[in-house]
Amino acid sequence: MFSDFDFDVIQRALPYMGQGMMFSLGLTALAMIGGIVLGTVLALMRLSSIKAISLPASGYVNLLRSTPLILVIFWFYFLVPIAIKHFSGDSYAQGIGPFHSALIAFTLFEAAYYCEIIRAGIQSVPAGQINAAYALGLNYWQATIQVVLPQAFRNMVPILLTQGIILFQDTSLVYVVGLTDFMGAASKVAQRDGRLVEMYLFAALVYFVLCFIASLIVKRLQMRITPPR
Amino acid sequence: MAMIEFKNISKWYGNFQVLKNCTTQVEKGEVVVVCGPSGSGKSTLIKCVNGLEPFQQGEMIVNGKSVGDKSTNLPQLRAKIGMVFQNFELFPHMNVTANLNLAQVKVLGRSTEEATEKSQALLKRVGLIDHAQKFPGQLSGGQQQRVAIARGLAMDPIAMLFDEPTSALDPEMINEVLDVMVELAQEGMTMMCVTHEMGFARKVAHRVIFMDRGEIVEDAPKTEFFGTPRSERAQQFLSKILHH
Repeated sequence: MFSDFDFDVIQRALPYMGQGMMFSLGLTALAMIGGIVLGTVLALMRLSSIKAISLPASGYVNLLRSTPLILVIFWFYFLVPIAIKHFSGDSYAQGIGPFHSALIAFTLFEAAYYCEIIRAGIQSVPAGQINAAYALGLNYWQATIQVVLPQAFRNMVPILLTQGIILFQDTSLVYVVGLTDFMGAASKVAQRDGRLVEMYLFAALVYFVLCFIASLIVKRLQMRITPPR
Repeated sequence: MAMIEFKNISKWYGNFQVLKNCTTQVEKGEVVVVCGPSGSGKSTLIKCVNGLEPFQQGEMIVNGKSVGDKSTNLPQLRAKIGMVFQNFELFPHMNVTANLNLAQVKVLGRSTEEATEKSQALLKRVGLIDHAQKFPGQLSGGQQQRVAIARGLAMDPIAMLFDEPTSALDPEMINEVLDVMVELAQEGMTMMCVTHEMGFARKVAHRVIFMDRGEIVEDAPKTEFFGTPRSERAQQFLSKILHH
């Protein structure tokens, strides 16, 4: 198996795989930002005492969390064009393209998971802090933005990043809609040159190194963030 | 008209009644101390004043406005009533000055310079100007509580509420906080204070309220309360906490 291991294949494919990696990292970053923003809104909705606000949010979270990610990607890639055609009446209407399908799918999917993380983070802020904010005359939004969320996010940074690492690995799923991320690039070279062993082992190594280093950083952060009280 | 008026306030947690028909008032410039055994509803009662605790029956009139009324702008009303908590509740992610500035800027609409000037004057007054840039976690309990008092005063309140301000403090830090409170009382601040510090009550209180099991059992001028409490429960309570 290793007797004809060809390092040269990897070297020649490096620029192409580099592009793939940039794509993976870019998609991860965008979906993370979108997911955290939407997740924060969902978390605040879920914590509302008004049923008309909290129920839609918890329905959304439960639906997305019980759906495979790949199915959500397919929805946006295959079903959205059909819906657009149906509602616009234009039978030549285009879909939103593979990249936007993937980005929206990842953002919406991750938002459901971020919502649960952020909800726990918000609940970890002591009630006394919220009372103190209200007692000073701050309204709900001021108390939430100035007092609750900064403390919640500070406590949550490690978990949010860990979720980001998982998201980074999950972005490899975009190959199903024909996008070339790092994994897709490795796959294409492997098929083209018939070098499956080299490319898949190399891809695994890169994923391992990146994710391992990232998780070490998260661990360091976690130790540094002991709530200052 | 009294600055704070409690009219038959009752509150339930499920079936358990925490406040039973509480009626009393705090006049402008008056210092009222609320004491009683733990679980008697003192903290709940004081939190009804600025609407942090909702109540089911009765009426609370603060500065002429009904707290329980839906049309009352609660944030606006709360901004006029300073509150100091047992656990300080300074915002740990902001330094001392930012803690004092926050509501001045966000609620009163002061400029940052204006607010900072006010904050510094108050920090000087509570003896903590050297700590203006520190974070709450870097201060002792007594210092944190003095910052919390300054934070309340920064809003130019018409009254101050204290909810067991010294209960979470180490004994050697209690006096530094009480000194600030005594000074405040002597300057004529309207104060309602849940505390077991009977020395403080003797020194500056005008009236003492004794609560037990959600009821106001005794509501008397200081001299009367410490002289001859009418109720047996108040006598027992006093005999337990006064001999040290």
